[in-house]
Amino acid sequence: MATQHSRSAARMMMAPAVILLLGWMLVPLTMTLFFSFKKYLPMRGGDLGWVGFDNYIRFVTSSAFWPSVTATLVIVLGVLFITVVFGVLLAILLDQPMWGQGIVRILVIAPFFVMPTVSALVWKNMFMDPVNGLFAHLWQAFGLTPVEWLSQASLGSIVMIVSWQWLPFATLILLTAIQSLDSEQLEAAEMDGAPPLSRFGYITLPHLSRAITIVVLIQTIFLLSIFAEIFVTTQGSFGTRTLTYLIYQRVLESQNIGLGSAGGIYAVILANIMAVFLMRIVGKNLDA
Amino acid sequence: MARSVTTQRKIINTAAAWSIGFLIFFPILWTILTSFKTEATAIADPPVFLAFDWTLENYEVVLERSNYARFLWNSIFIAGGSTLLGLIVAIPAAWSMAFVPSRRTKDILLWMLSTKMLPAVGVLYPIYLMFIKLGLLDNRIGLTIVIMLINLPIIVWMLYTYFREIPGEILEAARMDGATLKSEILYVLTPMAVPGIASTLLLNFILAWNEAFWTLNLTAAKAAPLTAFIASYSSPEGLFYAKLSAASTMAIAPILILGWFSQKQLVRGLTFGAVK
Amino acid sequence: MGQIILEKVSKTFGDVEVIPPLDLTIEDGEFTVFVGPSGCGKSTLLRLIAGLEDMSSGTLKIDGEDATHVPPAKRGLAMVFQSYALYPHMSVRKNIAFPMRMAGVDKAEQDRRIEQAAAALNLTDYLERRPGQLSGGQRQRVAIGRAIVREPEAFLFDEPLSNLDAALRVGMRLEISELHKRLETTMIYVTHDQVEAMTMADKIVVLRAGHIEQVGSPLELYHKPRNSFVAGFIGSPKMNLIEGPEAAKHNAHSIGIRPEHIDVTDSGGQWQGRVAVAEHLGSDTFFHIHDTGLAETITVRATGEVGFRHGDTIHLTPRQDQIHRFDASGLRVE
Repeated sequence: MATQHSRSAARMMMAPAVILLLGWMLVPLTMTLFFSFKKYLPMRGGDLGWVGFDNYIRFVTSSAFWPSVTATLVIVLGVLFITVVFGVLLAILLDQPMWGQGIVRILVIAPFFVMPTVSALVWKNMFMDPVNGLFAHLWQAFGLTPVEWLSQASLGSIVMIVSWQWLPFATLILLTAIQSLDSEQLEAAEMDGAPPLSRFGYITLPHLSRAITIVVLIQTIFLLSIFAEIFVTTQGSFGTRTLTYLIYQRVLESQNIGLGSAGGIYAVILANIMAVFLMRIVGKNLDA
Repeated sequence: MARSVTTQRKIINTAAAWSIGFLIFFPILWTILTSFKTEATAIADPPVFLAFDWTLENYEVVLERSNYARFLWNSIFIAGGSTLLGLIVAIPAAWSMAFVPSRRTKDILLWMLSTKMLPAVGVLYPIYLMFIKLGLLDNRIGLTIVIMLINLPIIVWMLYTYFREIPGEILEAARMDGATLKSEILYVLTPMAVPGIASTLLLNFILAWNEAFWTLNLTAAKAAPLTAFIASYSSPEGLFYAKLSAASTMAIAPILILGWFSQKQLVRGLTFGAVK
Repeated sequence: MGQIILEKVSKTFGDVEVIPPLDLTIEDGEFTVFVGPSGCGKSTLLRLIAGLEDMSSGTLKIDGEDATHVPPAKRGLAMVFQSYALYPHMSVRKNIAFPMRMAGVDKAEQDRRIEQAAAALNLTDYLERRPGQLSGGQRQRVAIGRAIVREPEAFLFDEPLSNLDAALRVGMRLEISELHKRLETTMIYVTHDQVEAMTMADKIVVLRAGHIEQVGSPLELYHKPRNSFVAGFIGSPKMNLIEGPEAAKHNAHSIGIRPEHIDVTDSGGQWQGRVAVAEHLGSDTFFHIHDTGLAETITVRATGEVGFRHGDTIHLTPRQDQIHRFDASGLRVE
């Protein structure tokens, strides 16, 4: 459905959003690219001239680089794994007949409303603190030595905090998808003699694949850039320095803009690789 | 599923679901409870759940120590402003994509979404510089615009998926009935899309409220919203559990209450319109 | 007043030519049906007339005036959509009032026309309901009501009955025909159902792949199909098409004989075959006959009860004056 008239109207109406986002993307990115080829230390002499690819080489050869990539991947993949697996299980449970489903749903959604700074602070101090945290009390009650969560199991702890924040999201999307499953399909499978586990594997899970794609896509977008959780808990120490945090430190803490910008460009490239990969999946699903 | 279930089965389901729901909610509950304890009770071993002397002193201290009202107002201003601005820009764009699709529509949509994946930290310094140059550092309006821009792709996408559910024939009927583009959007599309627009509004308000990268890095005292207010409690010297809990409760309460009241729209919004 | 003239009108989507240039005149007050299999371009043609799609070339004249570049709202046409396209957030009254509201008709006049339309369409009791609370047939009536109150030059119907069940469809078909008789306004009606076309039309336009195959009155199409496509498309059950030696006997590449133009006997017929399926409808009996050596299946329609059963041998005699002859390109040979 389109005429010349409506097509030109459409272009006009799309223009503001496209121009804003294009500007938002290109202007700062060009500046970052510009800085990345300079030795630029605002606190120690300012602009010290062009240095070619020095910053890029220094950034990757620094001992902090590969650990930061690993930390990023561990957090993103860890949280995705936990939220998808538990999300599916929880969604199936919540789909069962029960009393007070609405209230349970309210309880389960709640973490999504908690701002990252609050959730990180609460977990860090009130649960994971090795002296006064609830976990420490619990461990002691069983006669165990309290764990120093954020130093001994730092990455795992952060994965746990972030998973807690994102589990509601995954659960809700998956629950909505499960509820849209035609129960006649399951009944047909039951008539065909499929046991519960096969029914899950052959019918429920394929039906959820689209929802799982959406969960993975959206969460990846947000997880790649998690910042507050690390800023508040470990400040990047104990192996929790993600790529995002490493760049942040280069830019704002060591005030090495050139080096940080080179890192930023790496992060952009990494994000683009993931984007191409994810967009292909979503593009396919968009038509479905 | 329309099938009868034994009462026993239902009891087991209920018990399991309630326990897990309670477990997931517990950190929030514990924070709220702790905010009413004295500092000594807050770290007592074994922990005290309900049998303590409830007190409001933590709230008094927090309110005395910082200007909560200002942080709250900043949060409302930034989250509300960015969401409304985003909707104004996104509704026409989503209309175009949903009802006048071209071969490039899908690419544009995916491109918009991919800008969301642009790592904020990669452009932190340029934005920082621009903000200094434009005098927008620690300024509510500057922050509102940035948050609007980072959420814009999501707003466009959500509206697009909602609009797409509206049959194009109805808009064509309006056109045949003599409606101009403006009346078509105002009298036909928007009223039909109200639930979708409400969901979009709510979800983006929450995302903006909880945004913690730009709000932490681009504000100081004047424009700081609640995310920054609470981050000031992360320094070790300021650490008292009960006060931390009181501050946390105050930071999350508005959105928690809003979220619970608008649960239905929100659940719809949370699925980004992508799952039916 | 509603004469519509299409001159060299064509439509291409990208590289695909959906409608090659065609000419067509629809006279004022005429009930014209566009019919054809799905994908034949009949709906696209209607949308070109409505202005919901741009023509790639050619001109459209409504009442002698060039309307090629006039936006849909200004063409004075009303359209009833397949999905009815009612506004779900408005009551029936508001739905019907919407085009008048857009045109700035004053309130009293709006109410008068709504009452009139509602009375004519049996909607008076439903004016305050929302479309969601109505049955399919009632929604259909609201859509028609919304079209009537505009007092258009012409009505456009895009497969309006295809979402209704069979019984309702027959009823609505009659109502639309009556409406046409009463209003005497030009109507263009798109359908894939040849029964609707035959029963309602003054003029049928048979389309295939964007081409007009034939234009004519229902009976012209039935008696003198211009080619084998129209012959097969118009009439139910379908005309039998026979190629090979039997056709050669008639000096044609293929011959067509309608099921109702074949007589059955238990001996002595011109052709012979075996009954595969016999469908007894009471008023008629349909036979699907195999092993005739003419075509895979020959369909025959006999009046009343005829007692052949599955597996029986049956003799067939076509009425010679009802045989249609076609040449190698499918065109009719007189």
